[in-house]
Amino acid sequence: MLGALVIVFREVIEAGLIIGIVMAATRGVAGRGRWVAYGVGAGVLGATLVAFFAGAISEAFQGAGQELFNASVLAIAVVMLMWHNAWMARHGREIAAEMRQIGAAVSEGVKPLTALAVVVGLAVLREGSEVVLFLYGIAASGTTGMALLLGGILGVAAGAGFTAFTYYGLLAIPTRYIFSVTSWLIALLAAGLAAQAVQFLNNAGVMVVLDQTLWNTSWLLSEGSIFGRLLHTLIGYTERPTELQLIVYIGTLVVMYALMRIARHQPRARVTAPAE
Amino acid sequence: MKSIFVLAGLAALLALGPISARADDLTLTLKNHKFSPSEIKVPANKRVKLTVVNDDPTPEEFESHELKVEKVIPGKSKGVVRIGPLKPGRYPFFGEYHESTAKGAVIAQ
Repeated sequence: MLGALVIVFREVIEAGLIIGIVMAATRGVAGRGRWVAYGVGAGVLGATLVAFFAGAISEAFQGAGQELFNASVLAIAVVMLMWHNAWMARHGREIAAEMRQIGAAVSEGVKPLTALAVVVGLAVLREGSEVVLFLYGIAASGTTGMALLLGGILGVAAGAGFTAFTYYGLLAIPTRYIFSVTSWLIALLAAGLAAQAVQFLNNAGVMVVLDQTLWNTSWLLSEGSIFGRLLHTLIGYTERPTELQLIVYIGTLVVMYALMRIARHQPRARVTAPAE
Repeated sequence: MKSIFVLAGLAALLALGPISARADDLTLTLKNHKFSPSEIKVPANKRVKLTVVNDDPTPEEFESHELKVEKVIPGKSKGVVRIGPLKPGRYPFFGEYHESTAKGAVIAQ
C-alpha cells in the first residue's frame, strides 16, 4: 500500500505544484476557482482518455508518438504561461491595488484564466495519465489490489494536501509582492517545461542537435529524490542537462522577460483609473 | 604499404563487427516485472535505439534520469527508446510502477 501511495503521490505533486502556483498567481481574480476546477476536470477526463489510448499513442509516428505528444503538451503549456505572464505584467498592478482596497477583488481576468485553466488541465493530463495507468495495472493484477488501490487514493489525497500547502505558503507573501513572485515562479516553471519538451523531441528522434550532456549534478541532488522532483517541476532542475536544454531554458526566460516588458509598456486603453 | 591499409581496414571491420551486430539487437524484455537482460551493453558516444518489450499484461513506465528517458509501455506491447550519446559508464533504469523488481542498467563502453 505504501508503495502505491508513494508512486501516486510522486505523480500528483508535480501537477499539484503547478495548480498551487496558478491559484496563487490568480489571487483576487474573479471566477478563478471555477476555471481551475474546469482545468482539473478536463485534465482528469483527458488523462483517462490518454491512458486508454496509450497503446495507440505510443505506436503513432513510428513509435515516437508518446514523446511527440508529451512535447506538444509541454509546448502548449509554455505558451499559455507566457501569455499569462504578459497579461499579468499589464494588469497585475491594478489587481493588487484593488485587492488592497477591497480585500477580495473583481477583475477582468478572463484571458489569463482560460490560459491557466489550460495549463492546469495539461499538467493534470500528463501526470494523471500515469496515475491512471498505474492504478489500472493494479486493478488488472488483482490479489492485493484493494490495499494498493487504497494507497493510490491516499496518494491523491496527500497530493491535494500538498497543493493546498503550496497555495497557502504562497499566500503568506505580502500582496505587494505576490504577483512579482508568482511571475518569477511561472517564468522558471515555463523554462523548465520547455527544456523538458526539447528532451522529448530528442527522444523522439526529431531534434537531434546539441545533445551532449553538459554536466552531472546527480551527486548533489538526484532527480529521483522527492526534493529533486519538486525542483524539477518548479524550476526545471535537471541533473544532466544537454546543450540544447540549457539554451532553450535560457531562451524561454529571455522571451518571457521581453514579452513582459513589452506588455507593461503598451499604452493602456482604459485601465488606468477607476472612473470617478 | 597497401597491405597495411587493408590490414587496418580489416582490423577496423573486426573491431566494429561485434558492435554493429549488437546495435541491431538491443532489446530489453520485461516479464513478471523484471528486465532481461538486466544489464545491456551499448556503444558509447553514439545514439542508440533500445526496444523495450513489455511481456506483462500490465503497463509499465520505463524511466531513467541518467538516460533522460521516461516512456510508458502498455501491457503486451513494446516501445522504442532512443538514448545517447552516452559517455562510458553505468546508467541505471527502472520500471516506475514496479520499482522493487523492475530495474537494470545500460553499460556504455
